[in-house]
Amino acid sequence: MPIRAENIKYVYSEGTPFRTLALDGINVQINQGEFVGIIGHTGSGKSTLIQLFNGLEPATEGTVEVDGTLVGEDKKRLKTIRQKVGLVFQYPEYQLFEETVAKDVGFGPLNLGLSEEEISFRVKEALELVGFNYNKIKDASPFELSGGQKRRVAIAGVLAMKPDYLILDEPTAGLDPAGRNEIFRQIKKLHELSDVSVILVSHSMEDIAKLVDRVIVLCKGKVHMEGTPKEIYSEADELERIGLGIPQTASIVRELRKRGFNIKQDVLTIEEAKEEILKEVRRRNV
Amino acid sequence: MFRNLTIGQHYPVDSPVHNLDPRLKIIFTIIFIISLFLIESFVGFLIVAAFLTVVITISKVPLKFVIKGLRPILFIILVTFLINLLMTPGRVVFSLGFIKITEEGLRQAGFMAVRLTLLIMGTSLLTLTTSPIILTDGIEALLKPFTKFGLPAHELAMMMTIALRFIPTLMEETEKIMKAQKSRGADFESGNIVSRAKNLVPLLVPLFISAFRRADELAMAMEARCYRGGVNRTRMRQMKITKGDYAAAFIFTVYLAAVIVFKIW
Repeated sequence: MPIRAENIKYVYSEGTPFRTLALDGINVQINQGEFVGIIGHTGSGKSTLIQLFNGLEPATEGTVEVDGTLVGEDKKRLKTIRQKVGLVFQYPEYQLFEETVAKDVGFGPLNLGLSEEEISFRVKEALELVGFNYNKIKDASPFELSGGQKRRVAIAGVLAMKPDYLILDEPTAGLDPAGRNEIFRQIKKLHELSDVSVILVSHSMEDIAKLVDRVIVLCKGKVHMEGTPKEIYSEADELERIGLGIPQTASIVRELRKRGFNIKQDVLTIEEAKEEILKEVRRRNV
Repeated sequence: MFRNLTIGQHYPVDSPVHNLDPRLKIIFTIIFIISLFLIESFVGFLIVAAFLTVVITISKVPLKFVIKGLRPILFIILVTFLINLLMTPGRVVFSLGFIKITEEGLRQAGFMAVRLTLLIMGTSLLTLTTSPIILTDGIEALLKPFTKFGLPAHELAMMMTIALRFIPTLMEETEKIMKAQKSRGADFESGNIVSRAKNLVPLLVPLFISAFRRADELAMAMEARCYRGGVNRTRMRQMKITKGDYAAAFIFTVYLAAVIVFKIW
């Protein structure tokens, strides 16, 4: 069962001079088990869109359906929807509040009304999923941890609710390269281990191209492009035109092609680029 | 949920009243309040009402806005009216059981209500026509003479400015944390008072932590730019008395003279 958003419009500050159309006729579908990237420039509406997915904001027009349930129709069902659609906000470490890491991660499951055993089981599972040694970390105060660790605890807090869809809004913003790789590695592992759908929101193609199956490009509140990372990559000029940076590999390949080298256009990884360039070099030497 | 909340009630248009020196505006407001208490007859209030009408017209603030400022204190006006109406001894004009309304009470009650209404309308004009930042500048300048007696005028004004500056930031932060906790199944909208207060903990703890963090960062940034308080500090916006200020002072003096003449006469 998918998340389906149909003809979504979202207007901020209706009836004031600050009225803005944040989303303008969006149609997207996220299938179970998929790994989707949503990219867009600042202000393209990506953060607004994901808040519609778990009913934090109501759409001005259009409908959002999660596994066949209409979001926002029934207030009592919101809790179920928020359990199904786990949303990790930007800088999620600022939401930590409990005395111990274990209690904080258990906040979500506690709100779901689960039994104590179930909660502690889920807390352990979630903390291990994000790469912690449960016994070492469980009694630590979340405020003593490093930035990267705090963020992983916050992500564990959402994972402990066992969502079917996990949405992460810029999960690596402000982290150093090591912290960033760690988070991406764990998200990838999580997606491989379970059948959870992952939606990764970012403004950078570079980060998500290697991970996701499908990319949705938002621009000015509309779906601008949609396709596999390879398909999107080959439209490098278009990406640049709407203000999104293109990955370094893509820009090198594009430059070489412009200068008459015969390299295929949809190169994704550095490995692939190396192979392609070597092939061309050999061809020319002969 | 916080999107519709306006801070203070500054009404930003360009008018001669808006452009007045904030120091003058504050002084005028204080004298205006005193003048209200000099008046002892309804006819005297006509002078005040006429003056206010002129100022409001010049300020380009819609009358609707000025009247809206009365809403929060409507209750106080009403209570004052009732107490004066029922508690003043004198010639009884109407009685029902233990309730007695006297002629003096009627007069006194009406009098207080009109005075309070004019008072609030006059003072709210100050905040309506002056942005909070300029207002604190004015307060600082007026408090400056008292630094000789150990009053930290600049520091007080700086604290007010910073507090005002951070109200929207903290509101935004509150909304963000609220959404994050709602995503984890938190419920801020139902339950009785006790459980509602308890449910606020996941909101308040992160909010306080972030407020402390911001304060820390701001202090650091200020120090990095060599901030060291008010001594010898110059300002970007110099306050200068202009022609408009002289004109305003003239109009205000005429008003004050009218009030005083009316009182003596």
